[in-house]
Formats: sequence, structure tokens, C-alpha cells
Amino acid sequence: MAGTEEPTEARGGPDWEGVRLHVVSGKGGTGKTTVAAALALALAAEGRRTLLIEVEGRQGIAELFGIAALPYEERKVATVSAAQLGGPAKGRGQVNGEVFALAIDTEQALLEYLDMFYKLGRAGKALQKVGFVDFATTIAPGVRDVLLTGKACEAARRKGPDGRRAYDAVVMDAPPTGRLTRFLNVNSEVAGLARFGPIHSQAQAVMGVLKSPETAVHLVTLLEEMPVQETVDGFTELRAAGLPTGGVMVNMVRPPVLDAAAVAAVHGDHREEVALALVEAGLGGRSRTAATRRAAVEPLLDPLLDQAREHAERVALEHEQRADLAALRLPSYELPLLSGGVDLGGLYRLAGELKAQGAA
Amino acid sequence: MTTEQELSVDRLIDDPRTRIVVCCGSGGVGKTTTAAAIGLRAAERGRRTVVLTIDPARRLAQSMGLTELDNTPRPVKGVTGPDGPDGPGELHAMMLDMKRTFDEVVIAHADPERARAILENPFYQSLSAGFAGTQEYMAMEKLGQLRATGAWDLIVVDTPPSRSALDFLDAPSRLGSFLDGRIIRVLMAPAKVGGRGAMKFLNVGVGMVTGTLGKIFGSQLLTDLQTFVAAMDSMFGGFRERADRTYQLLKAEGTAFLVVAAPERDALREAAYFVDRLAADEMPLAGLVLNRVHGTGAPQLSAERAHAAAQSLEENGAEHEPGQADADVLAAGLLRLHAERMEVMVRERRTRDRFVSVYPDVPIVEVPALAGDVHDLDGLRLIGHRLGGTAED
Ligand SMILES: Nc1ncnc2c1ncn2[C@@H]1O[C@H](COP(=O)(O)OP(=O)(O)OP(=O)(O)O)[C@@H](O)[C@H]1O
Ligand SMILES: Nc1ncnc2c1ncn2[C@@H]1O[C@H](COP(=O)(O)OP(=O)(O)O)[C@@H](O)[C@H]1O
Ligand SMILES: [Mg+2]
Ligand SMILES: [Mg+2]
Repeated sequence: MAGTEEPTEARGGPDWEGVRLHVVSGKGGTGKTTVAAALALALAAEGRRTLLIEVEGRQGIAELFGIAALPYEERKVATVSAAQLGGPAKGRGQVNGEVFALAIDTEQALLEYLDMFYKLGRAGKALQKVGFVDFATTIAPGVRDVLLTGKACEAARRKGPDGRRAYDAVVMDAPPTGRLTRFLNVNSEVAGLARFGPIHSQAQAVMGVLKSPETAVHLVTLLEEMPVQETVDGFTELRAAGLPTGGVMVNMVRPPVLDAAAVAAVHGDHREEVALALVEAGLGGRSRTAATRRAAVEPLLDPLLDQAREHAERVALEHEQRADLAALRLPSYELPLLSGGVDLGGLYRLAGELKAQGAA
Repeated sequence: MTTEQELSVDRLIDDPRTRIVVCCGSGGVGKTTTAAAIGLRAAERGRRTVVLTIDPARRLAQSMGLTELDNTPRPVKGVTGPDGPDGPGELHAMMLDMKRTFDEVVIAHADPERARAILENPFYQSLSAGFAGTQEYMAMEKLGQLRATGAWDLIVVDTPPSRSALDFLDAPSRLGSFLDGRIIRVLMAPAKVGGRGAMKFLNVGVGMVTGTLGKIFGSQLLTDLQTFVAAMDSMFGGFRERADRTYQLLKAEGTAFLVVAAPERDALREAAYFVDRLAADEMPLAGLVLNRVHGTGAPQLSAERAHAAAQSLEENGAEHEPGQADADVLAAGLLRLHAERMEVMVRERRTRDRFVSVYPDVPIVEVPALAGDVHDLDGLRLIGHRLGGTAED
């Protein structure tokens, strides 16, 4: 993991060895989908196979990978080599890893599930006709959540005919933190409604996987007050619910342009020296008299120093947020803000960062 | 080339005919901040104002005295109108408690015994706490209640932190149609026709549906469900009527929508959807608040020149005596920072221009990105001042 003081150095094994189900959540818009996809890529390097699952029916994965809408079916969406993630070009890295994706369609999943257990036949059609699925998932969101988490758990445990795991890891792009604990705590959500029967036992089986060390719940945040608050609250809730906490994924980190010493210097009085430096850099024009050149940079001085002070204020705020996150005592990873947004190349870059920092 | 007009929030809030301002937009763009800033400004300009916030940041909530979720407006300390405490102008604020608002609706519409049955039903509890859209619906409900009291000159409404700004408009009808849905009627059928009716028009045996549900969920659950549906049935009409009435309120004279967006592609795309939707529903759009816009005091220095100058300082750094070498490093940092700022501004400008070229008639006001976040009344005043726009101050 990348602590605040330790940059991306050589280290031991990845931090989540043994985890098969990675749940990625966070405040809305912080980059859950992006980070989940980058993590699936990172975990697939070195010839592994991962599955990226989306549960909210928004086709965010398709949009991110720039492909057509995904059907309710596991599909290969990317291959990845260790070299693409900044690893060595030769050796083990030569086997390409594969990322599969699945966009779960709740209605189909529910009918499929019911049919499997109850052989509904005509009754299934009847349920569909009266709008049962909409109804069931609205009035008892726990039922939908059991299905969604159940699907992810099933994929994480699935074995092929040769007895090997179908996927080395499954990454779920989960609902935002506000709904996360309810979403994952399917057991208690459903228990109040369905006290017996197959849905109830399904919920218990799912809970068993979710609470096991094979699962880790990561939260994505920005270095801003509200997302950090939500992250701290989110981990507290997860702990209280007995769910396994994962890492803190700090996203959209802006590079510190001015280092701490420079920021401190801005607060001192360095106006004149800075003015001289600007003149020297040619910003005072080509006039031969020093005084004219000095006068020419004058209008730049206050705006530049103001911007630096704003920058310093931001750095100080981010420092506070980092301290709040550090108090969680969880592995933490930092992903840079990519100017101009995240394209496919950017996604590999973020995956490389996660790998370098030990998340995969 | 842009033909956009400047939006003046002062003109809007100073007009006594403006009674409701709704702040919409996608998540995290600053809806709550904008709503609070407008409420404060209106109060300080002499109107009796209430702000309905949904999910304020903790420190902002504290600064407005919103430490408790008691679901009623409370006066905000430290705010008076232009003529002091005895003149007109006051600010009240509240934070929405969605479950409590829902409970109150139930209590208002059912006799005590039935209300209790509903409130205790596990399905109601799940619906009132978790239904996607309950928050939106309850925000509208609360708005309707505040308006009905007639106690306020101006109501400023924040909207829930949904992904899409449209959710606010769609959720109430979604809940309505859910409560009117066929399955509800199927579940009600046994009670209505003595337990053995077949809904011929659906061509579905009620027994088959309820039987299957019982098999899946267990009979206890089915009983809970039917109790819930039966209890709610008497209220459906009331629910829908209320939702319709509030929806009409949004179309009425005196209501103004402000769409809040950050100068980013995703946020402005959402804003565009919302603008289209308001037009389709004939709802009054007052304008776009472009929040967290970056600016600079030195626009004459381009990113390219700043980078080049920084580079020359970095390369020459070693040739100076220590004091000036430090200053060179500092100046290079300032120039890099400026270059970055200019690049952000160019991108934001481009994003804005794209919006304007499609919506030249939508008035816009820009609010600068402050260095820190906005968490006290002074911060809100600053934002409010920028929102004020062209009207005299
Ligand atoms: N590191 C980054 N650098 C730059 N842009 C980023 C980065 N991470 C995410 N983004 C951008 O931020 C926006 C939101 O990201 P994303 O859709 O992944 O968030 P989310 O948390 O899944 O959102 P939602 O809550 O709506 O599901 C996208 O436009 C994405 O491209
Ligand atoms: N103009 C601004 N400058 C700096 N920070 C801002 C500005 N507007 C909003 N913020 C901050 O952004 C965060 C999200 O704002 P908020 O109003 O809660 O958004 P929303 O209600 O749309 O989700 C808050 O921490 C707030 O202080
Ligand atoms: Mg997403
Ligand atoms: Mg808000």
C-alpha cells in the first residue's frame, strides 16, 4: 500500500491476496465505476481472469470501455499484459490477462432465479405480466439485493469442469455508500420480510460469503469534506455490520504543483525576489531599462501570489482530509486526476497505479 | 459569438411574485450550497424566507443551526433583513427527514388505528426508508406543506443528491404509478371479491399469483403484504392527489427553477436534459448557475508562456546565489500553477460555450470556485453576492 510518506516502491505480495470478491463503493460521482474497472484490469495482469459486475443497469462499463451495451451475459471486454500496467515486458507477464464484464439485469435475474427454484412455468409469466418484478424489487429492495449480491458471490465461487476457479477475482461496482450497508446486509434486510423459505436461505448463504475474508469492501473518495465524511461513516457502518473492510481509494488526486516549502514561502514576503525571477524569465518584455521590465511584471505579481495562496489553502484542506482518512488505519491508494477525463488509455494508467501501489 | 444573457438572482428574489425557487442539478455540483446562499441573500434583502435542504454537508448544517433533524423550519441565528432585527427579512432553515415526512402523511390520511397498522408494517418501513424516489417524493410533499402554510414570502428548495436531475420530477409519479399498479390490484382482489376472484381482464388467475408468492416468500410475508396493501389502499387516492397538486405548484406562476451545474461535460449534459424537460413540461426555468468556475487575475499570461518561463527558470536555477535561486524555484512553481489554472479555464470555457451554442436563451450566472469548501454564513454570503448578478447592490 502507498502510505502518505512511502511512494510507490518495491514491496511484498499484493495487499488483497486471497480476496476473491472486491466490492467497490463510495459517494456518488467519486469514480466508483472507473476505479472498479481499473481494479479489475489490475487484478487481471499476469495472466489472470477477472469479472467486473455492474448492478445498477446504467451500462457504465460499456461506456467506459467504449463498447456497445452489454447484454445480461459474461463477455470479455479487455485483455491486459503486465507490461501495459508498467510491469516487466518479458517473462510471466507475457500471458495476457482477461477482464470479463457482466451487467446484471434485475428482472431477468429474478425470473431466472425463481424458475430455477420453483419451476414456475405459466405462473412465472403471470408474475411478469402483473408487474411483479418491479413490485418485488420496489417494496422489498432486499430481495433484489440478494439476487445481485448472490450473482456476484456465485461468480466468485464458481468452478469450471476442471475444478479450477472460473475467475481469479470478481469486482463489483456497487451502489453508493449511502445504500451500501443495506445492500450488503441482505440477510437482515430480507430476514424481516421472508423468515423462512428459499429466499431466506439464499440470503444466509450470500451473507456467509460476504462476511468471509474472501470479500473486501473498498470505498472511493475524493480529498473533499463530504466524500471523506461519507467514507469514514461508511467504514464505521461496515465494521458495525461485521462486513470486511477493504482499502481507501483516493481518486482524482491533483498533483502538488508547489511543494510544501514553496507554499510556506508564499506566506513570507518574497514579492521582490519573485518579481526579479519573472523578469529574468523574460516576462518583463524586451525593454532595455530594468525599471521598465520590473514595472511590466507588476500586474502579474498579485494574481500569481493569490493563486498560490489559494493553492496553499487547498493543500492544507487536503491535508486535513488525508489525516481523517489515515485515522481509519486501512490500506490506502491514490489515483491521479487525469486532465481531460478517463479514456481507455487513462483506465490502464489508473490500473497501473493500483498495481504499483499494491492493490493488485 | 455567444448570445447568452446574464442571470440575476437578485432580480428573481427581489420580485415579490417569486414564491418558490427550486435548485436542481446532478450530484455534487452545489445545489445545497446554492439553495442556502440564495435563501440567506433573500432574507438579508428583506424577505421572509425558508430554505428546505436535503443533505447539507455537516459543517454547513451546523453553521445554519441545523444540528437536529426535527423536520420543521428553525430560525437561523445571525441573519437579519436590511433594516435590522425589527425590519422585514428573516431566514429559517430545515433539513428534510424523509421517513418522518412519510409517516406524517400516513397519519394525516388514515384513522389512528389504520395508521398504526401501516407504520408498523415491515413493507411500509422498507418503502418509507428505501424506495428509490421516496426522498424526492417527500421533498415535494414537504414543499407542498410549506407552501400551504402561507407563512413564507419565499421558499428555496434544494433537491436530493440523485444522479440525474430529472429524478426530482419523475419520482413522485413513479411512486404514484407503483401504488396504482396491477399487482396491487391483484393482491387486493381476494379481499375485495371474497377470496376467489379471477381478474379476467388480466387473464391471470389471482390464486395462481398469490399462491406463487406464498410459495416463494412464505405465507407470513404474504399476509403482511396484503395487510399493508389493504391499509394503504384507502390512502392511494390521497397520495396521488397530493403528488399531483404539488406537481401543479411547480408549474404555477411564482415558481422558478434554477439548474445548477459545474462547468464539466457530465454535469452540463445533465443540465441540458433538465432544461429540455422543463420546457416540455412548461415549467419556468429562471436560468443556469454555473458553479465552481475557475478564474484568474492574470488572463494576459497564457499557459504556454507561463510554462516556457517556468522552464527557463528551472534550467537557470543553479547559476544564482542561494536567496535568488529559492525565489526562482518559487516563481517557477507560481508559473506552473498559473499554467494549470489557464488550462482548466480553457477547458471550462469550451464546455460552457458548447452549452450556450445549444441553449442561447438560457440566462447564466457564474459562481467562482472558492479555495476551501463553503461551510459558514460568510461563505454563503460570498456565493450569494456572486449569484446576485447585475442588479445593483
Ligand atoms: N482519476 C480520474 N481522473 C479524471 N477523471 C476521473 C477520474 N476518475 C473518474 N473520473 C471521471 O469522473 C466521472 C465520474 O466517474 P464514475 O462514473 O466512475 O463515478 P461513479 O462513482 O461510478 O458515479 P455514479 O455515482 O454516478 O455511479 C466520470 O466522468 C469519470 O470519467
Ligand atoms: N463555489 C464553490 N466553491 C468551493 N466549494 C464549493 C462551491 N460550491 C460548492 N462547494 C462545495 O462542494 C461540496 C458539494 O456541494 P453541495 O452544495 O453539497 O452539492 P450538492 O447539493 O449539489 O450535492 C460542498 O463541500 C461545498 O462546500
Ligand atoms: Mg457508477
Ligand atoms: Mg445536496
